[in-house]
Amino acid sequence: MGGVRVLVGTRKGAFILTSDERRRDWRVEGPHFGGWGVYHVKGSPVSPDRLYAAPSLGWFGQQVQRSDDGGNSWTPVGNEFSYEGVPGTHQWYDGTPHPWSFTRVWHLEPSLDDPDVVYAGVEDAALFRSDDAGVSWKELKGLREHGSGARWQPGAGGMCLHTIVLDPTRPGRMFVAISAAGVFRTDDGGVSWHAKNRGLNSEGVLPEPEADVGHCVHRIAMHPSRPDVLFMQKHWDVMRSDDGADSWVEVSGNLPSDFGFPVQVHAHEPETIYVVPIKSDSEHYPPDGRLRVYRSRTGGNEWEPLTKGLPQEHCYVDVLRDAMAVDGLERCGVYFGTTGGQVYASSDDGDSWTAIVRDLPSVLSVEVQTLP
Amino acid sequence: MSASGPGPERSGDAPNAAAERHAGGTPPVDIRIALPEHLRNLAQVGREVRVRVPEPVTLGAALDALEASYPVLKGAIRQHGSLERRAFVRFFAVGADLSHDPPDTVLPAPVVSGHEPLVVVGAMAGG
Repeated sequence: MGGVRVLVGTRKGAFILTSDERRRDWRVEGPHFGGWGVYHVKGSPVSPDRLYAAPSLGWFGQQVQRSDDGGNSWTPVGNEFSYEGVPGTHQWYDGTPHPWSFTRVWHLEPSLDDPDVVYAGVEDAALFRSDDAGVSWKELKGLREHGSGARWQPGAGGMCLHTIVLDPTRPGRMFVAISAAGVFRTDDGGVSWHAKNRGLNSEGVLPEPEADVGHCVHRIAMHPSRPDVLFMQKHWDVMRSDDGADSWVEVSGNLPSDFGFPVQVHAHEPETIYVVPIKSDSEHYPPDGRLRVYRSRTGGNEWEPLTKGLPQEHCYVDVLRDAMAVDGLERCGVYFGTTGGQVYASSDDGDSWTAIVRDLPSVLSVEVQTLP
Repeated sequence: MSASGPGPERSGDAPNAAAERHAGGTPPVDIRIALPEHLRNLAQVGREVRVRVPEPVTLGAALDALEASYPVLKGAIRQHGSLERRAFVRFFAVGADLSHDPPDTVLPAPVVSGHEPLVVVGAMAGG
């Protein structure tokens, strides 16, 4: 019998939530890696019981853990992330040069066709690849060395490579997003990279609002059937590209705030997208204390609030960039986690929501696997 | 709590790699190293482990032997590559703080004799 498995990373461990395809009754299991901050957990799309997790802790550094049985047991694998060559410097908060230094893994992206291949996006921003199921890691240095790296600077959360999107139709193409540098694309498997930020405007944030790099992109998302169409939640502004990130246009439309972190695409409707508006860059909670997911069925610009089952008063949680996901069941399920420890699920495209669990540690990431 | 019992655990019947390098010289000695909970869980050991260290038994040699016996601890106590102590890790022995001592510091006699453990500590942090 099929079902869904929700992989939740939190400030104090990872949790695995499972249900059958009805998505009414949930089993909550965890914490795995109790006490460790788990920035991300994700499964291989071709071998669903192969999971990768990225626990880190200020005291004891980074771990990468792998499961080959759907999260029942875990094995620590390689945790050495060494920059290739002489790393050089990027900009620090005060504009001075700062040496590149590894802090943690933010995002793990398993290959679309090989369960032993996995990418890691790290802070300070760089992209690593493992070809041996996480045992060893090698930097794809062409990204950091592509020319603008010395001008990248950290956002408030650190200078992190937080988004990795693989193109299912062009094996050499992938997109990454870095705060605060922007979007970069490779067409040759990570050897060479190009900044892809034309159309982004960071007025009031950057001295040159339409600079080629320096934008605080929070998240990008793609529907696998249309890999040239990308959606972006930027620091401010929701954006869209129809040409593989060569150019972007704003689609914030009637959102109550165009600040936010996650953006997701419906599993079966490539023009249906979801965001969670947050009041502002200094007030990271929903406008008016009402937790609302906004859905556009037109690929942006026209948005409707989804509120049924979500708290509509006194709600001051945040939803972080990696904390929203969709399942692939016939009626698309949408899931998100909050900094208040709730994981909400909708089994009807977002029309209504229920809390699977309410009192986890602050949620950092949510991924969903649709099981056969 | 840790997965194993309370007593010191040997790192295995075979001498570890660090000790083997000194084969033919002064015989290595077994010392005890106490680990904090997160590292015990990572290494799947009890409160203390016992590792074989070549003489002179220095702080660096003890940590080399620990990592050779439990490779999962590489990078968790000292940085990869530089082998610098992680900022929030401390080393105590017989009531003394060795955290800022150089790696070639010879450990106190009660640690070398196995009567006292070298203690790896997660530093106090937070509010």
